[in-house]
This record gives sequence, structure tokens and C-alpha cells, in this order.
Amino acid sequence: MGGYTGEELTAIFLMQGFSGLSLFCVFLLMALGLAIIFGQMGVINMAHGEFLTLGAYITYLTSYLASDVWPFLFDYYFPVAIILAFLGTFILGYLVERFLIRFLYNRPLDTLLATWGLGLILQQIFRSLFGPREKSVVMPDWLMGSYQATDMVDIPLNGLMVVAITILLTIGVFILLYKSRWGIKVRATTQNRTMANAAGINTDRVDRLTFALGCGIAGVAGAAFTTIASTGPTTGSLYIVDTFLVVVFGGAASLLGTVASAFGIAQAQSILSFFLSGSMAKVITLMTVVIILMFRPQGLFASKVRR
Amino acid sequence: MGTTTTAAGWRHTGTSAGLRQSLRTLAASVMMATTATAAIAAPSTEEVNTTGLAVTDDTVTVGILHSLTGTMAISETGSVQAEKLAIEQINAQGGILGRQIKIIQEDGASDWPTFAEKSHKLLERDKVATVFGCWTSASRKAVLPVFEKDNGLLYYPTFYEGLEESHNVFYTGQEATQQILAGLNWAHEELGAKTFYLVGSDYIWPRTSMKIARKHIENVLHGKVVGEEYYPLGSTQFGSLINKIKLKKPDLVFGAVVGGSNVAWFKQLNAAGLTFKKQPMLTISVTEDEVLGIGGENVEGLYSSMKYFQSLDLPGNKEFVDAFKAKYGEDAVIGDVTESAYLGPWLWKRAVEAAGSFDVDKVVAASPGIEWDTSPHGYLKVDKNHHLWMRTRIGKWKADGQADVVWESDVIEPNPFPEGYQ
Repeated sequence: MGGYTGEELTAIFLMQGFSGLSLFCVFLLMALGLAIIFGQMGVINMAHGEFLTLGAYITYLTSYLASDVWPFLFDYYFPVAIILAFLGTFILGYLVERFLIRFLYNRPLDTLLATWGLGLILQQIFRSLFGPREKSVVMPDWLMGSYQATDMVDIPLNGLMVVAITILLTIGVFILLYKSRWGIKVRATTQNRTMANAAGINTDRVDRLTFALGCGIAGVAGAAFTTIASTGPTTGSLYIVDTFLVVVFGGAASLLGTVASAFGIAQAQSILSFFLSGSMAKVITLMTVVIILMFRPQGLFASKVRR
Repeated sequence: MGTTTTAAGWRHTGTSAGLRQSLRTLAASVMMATTATAAIAAPSTEEVNTTGLAVTDDTVTVGILHSLTGTMAISETGSVQAEKLAIEQINAQGGILGRQIKIIQEDGASDWPTFAEKSHKLLERDKVATVFGCWTSASRKAVLPVFEKDNGLLYYPTFYEGLEESHNVFYTGQEATQQILAGLNWAHEELGAKTFYLVGSDYIWPRTSMKIARKHIENVLHGKVVGEEYYPLGSTQFGSLINKIKLKKPDLVFGAVVGGSNVAWFKQLNAAGLTFKKQPMLTISVTEDEVLGIGGENVEGLYSSMKYFQSLDLPGNKEFVDAFKAKYGEDAVIGDVTESAYLGPWLWKRAVEAAGSFDVDKVVAASPGIEWDTSPHGYLKVDKNHHLWMRTRIGKWKADGQADVVWESDVIEPNPFPEGYQ
């Protein structure tokens, strides 16, 4: 690295570290909902990206209402938007489970097709309602720009926001799944449905809430992504491949695996795209993941449950 | 030629010097000529259509072929709107050779084989006289063999990478050199840029454009390219790239990022403290349409190299913008490609009238030399290589989503096969 001062290199190192961290958070955020649905329930939800998009559009609507109708609320709309995005996608997820998914348990290929179709329908609904063009979500001032730690180190505020949301959400999900009574029921249901039923757990209800929760988390991710990326009818399809990659690589049934795999893929991609180019970084990361999965098809963290 | 309708601002240097002269002297009688056409009986169908096109005694059928669904629908919607507006205006003026234009619209669905299939249908089953359509280079490449085999006619609106010239296609947008060279020269002279960082989405148009840009920077401007990077279409994470730019501190970032990536790219640039005041940036992929999605506050101070901006203060543009807004609403925005799409039907009308026929070969032969002084982006001329002579402008974006034109070139000759740039 000839020609650069030590100060410059430190600054770049710090900012590069942060960009790796925020990429990790983006991956984790989009994979978390799917990890619950795919990992815990075994449902391949191809419409996951569209739930994410729905969350983004709800944020857009909230920002529109806040800026055009009630301007005095504008500075505070973002937290409200996140809650609304969660509720909206949660309710839609609940209905989808109730009227579509539950007829297709144990038929993975059929759920794949049905949810893919659902994704297409949702995309077209977004297009009809909001138009094919991308929408810009206007950010409140406190989310714009960067925090200047030193003269050279700029930390993006929207990146910090995404990191904060990710940490809160991940902790929340862990507590819910591993420390609450409801979490015990969910894990009991995924491990052995018949026994869970026999023990008096209403597994239908558990399924419905689990699916809805996964969708709700996708909605929050969508809301968070409006700060860093685009909102259009097909936005979700930009994320779906990476999302599945993270979940499968981490080992389907393990939340810890999802976290680890999001971290690994994000760091690899971030570092490689610094030293190589964006396209090459993607190619090498994908190839590495494919090769590792060839030798370890169950993913990084396999669950030791006998099925 | 006596009954040719001429709208104000049109000239033709292709047919004969005498005609050009007489058209000039006839300029005063334009209005009279317009009204006269309606009165005089239209030329007979056998006379204007010898190749079995869908032309009747009072109608002529044309095709519009764009993506109405899929990822490209975002971009292509504006083009469809502009083409329909132009056709509606032409019909209101009495149509072409006394015939009203009828439209058959097909959906390319953002899928290149579908484009080929639909163009096949338009040309062979519907026998359309011409097609206005395609947007991405990939879709144009897919339909090209069909148009050449069936001897169809296509008006293609998007600025593109050049390296193509077909008997059957007219390119109403800029080819690469018109957009890139003038823009880089401007940055070199006005901003004093000597070091450049090239950034694009990873497909044919940005890659070809950057190749031309690099040659120009190195051989003509004697500057230095300090980085060249491509990101896959749909990428939304630019953190590492932004850090690299911060490290290299180029005088100018020259960008061609498209689609959803565009939004993420500018939002993250801004958030990383790399404002355009600190880091000047010139792009060839941002028009009013894109700014709508990115948000004006995120591109304030960014420069775009285009032939057209909605804010252009020209009489032809004022009319066009007013008509567009009257039809599609006060909030409608018009980008460079939308304006190119608007030119298509008008250039075709002019060529058909000059040829006195809808036959493709005659229309193609009559096209070179057509001049239009008052198009929305000002003077243009159709070259014999089927591209347009036009000016390039540099616009500086404002927070309200419109651009201030800060510089304008002379009229630039189209050169789709630039020597020394390949």
C-alpha cells in the first residue's frame, strides 16, 4: 500500500470493518425470518422477499403520510414505520399460513411452487398499487449523512441504524425461541409434532404464529433496508438468493448457524470486494459456499435431532 | 411531394437541395399545408404500400414493444407513454399520408426471447409498418435478427454502447461516444479532472462505455484511471467500493450503475459522507426517472451527461412537457430516454412523408438528412448511419429532482464505430 499514510490506512481499516459489519447485519436481518420459517418449520417460503418488500412499502407509506399529511410527526416516523411494517407483514403471514401453507405441510415441492406463485401475485399487486417505478423513502434528518469520528473516519448513520435494529431483533428472537414458554412449544413442535400434540400443545396455532413471526421479521428487515437501498415491486427478488444461501449454509435448523454463516459470507464478500472487484467477490464467495456445501450438505451447524 | 405535411421546424437535406430551398420558402405556408392535407384525398393504398403492410385506406398499424412487466417495466414505462403521446398528437394532426395510426402493443416481459417472439408476431402476423420499442441492449440484440430477416423497421430509444448499425433500426438515443467523450472533456476542462474512478453495473453497456472512457482518458486527456469496478446487477452493498474511492481520492468518479443498484449506490455514498461537493461525480445512467426512485436529496450536486433534461429551456421542450403532463399528470417526470422515445414516431412520420410510402426500404432511404430544429432537445439530424446528430449537455441535479443545465456541447456527429476506442 505505497503512498498512503498510516492514518489513512487506519481510517480505511476502521471504515472497512464497519462496512463488513453492516453487510453482516443486512444478511442476518434478511435471513432471520427465513431461518425461523425454513429452519424451524421446513417451509420453503419463496415469497420471503415479497414480505420484505411489503415492509419497505409500509415504511414508504408511513413516510409519505408523515411528510405530507402530518409534517410535525416527520422526525419520529421511522420507529412507528418499523412497528407498522412488523404488524402488516405479521398479519399477512398469519393469513397466508391459515389459508395456504397449512394445506401443504409435508409437501415441500408444492409449498415451493405455491409460495413462488404467491410472490408473483404480491409483486403484481405492488406494481398495480404503487406503480412499476421505484419509490424513494424520505429519511428524517437524523438518519441522513454520517457520524464523523475523526477527520477521515465517516460512519454512516443509516448503517448504525441497521446494526441497532439487527442486534435488538436477534436478541429478541433468541429470547423468544430459547427462553420463553412459547419457544419451548415451537421447538417441541418442530422436533416431534405427534408428541407435542400428545403433550397438549396446539401445534396448528404454533405453526401459524411461527410463520407469522417469520414474516413479521422480514417486514422489519424491509423497513430497515429502505434506509440503504431501493423500494420497488421487485426489490424482494434482489435479496431472496442471498437469504437462502445464508440459511442453507448456516445449517437449516440452527439460529446460531444462521448468525455464523451471515457473518462469514458478509466478511468474505466485504474483504474480497475491497481487494478485488464487486463481481469477482460475489463469484468467489458463491464458489466457496458451494464447495463447502458439497462436503458438508447439512450446513455449518447441523442440528443433532433424529427425524 | 406536393401534399407533404410539414410541421414547423422540420427540414430535409437528404432528397435534394432544391427541395430544401423550396421547403424553406414554404415555411410561411406551413399552416396552410397542414389544413390542405385534410382536404386533399389521401394517396391510394396500392401506391403507398407495395409490400403487404397493415395499411388500409384510412389507417396504418404500428407496433409498440416494451416490457410492461418484470424488472425492466420500471424503466420502459416512460418510453411507452412518450410513444403513445407522440402517436396521439400525430393522429390529432391528421395522421400520416391521410391515415390514422393504430397501435398494437406487446409486452416483452423483461425477457429477451419473449422480445424476439413478440417482434416475430408483430412483423409476420400483424404486418405492422414500424415498431417502436426495446430498451435494454440485450432485448435489441434479441430482436435484431428478426427485423433483418423480415425487413421490419425499429425505432430504438435508449442511449446505448454503439458498435451497431442496421438497415432496419433507427437509434434515437445517443451512442456511446456522444454521451461519454463530451462529458469527460467537460470534466477535464471545467473540473480539472485528471484522475478518474470508473464504476458500472456488470453487463455490456457499462463495460463497453467504460472501455471507451478509459481509452479517451488515457490517450486523449492524458489522465489516469485509478480504479475500474463492476458490480452485479441488483447489488445493493457498496460499502467496500466507497472505502476504496475514499482511499484513492479520484478527481472524478465516472459512473454507469443501473436499476435498483443505483438507489443503493447513491444512498450509501451520501451516508458515507462522500457528498458530491467533496467527491465530484459524473454519471451516464441517471435521468429524471432514476432520480424519482433515488430521491433528489441523495443526488444533489451530482452531474449527468445527457442530451435531454426536463428543465431544458427550449420552445419545443415546453410544448412537449406541457403535453406530457396534461396526459399523464402534473407529477409525471420525463427522462432522456422518454424523450428519445417521443422522437421515434415523429421521425418515422417525417420519413414516410418524404418517401410518400410506408414501404420499409423507401422510408429507410428517405430518412438520412431529416433535420428537426425544434425537437424537445433542440436541433437534431438523422445521419446515414441511422443515428442522430445532437448536442450533449451536463446537468447538475437539485434536491427537487430536476437538473440545472451547466454546459452544452456543439452538435455532435454520431460515430457508432469509433476508431481507436475498441
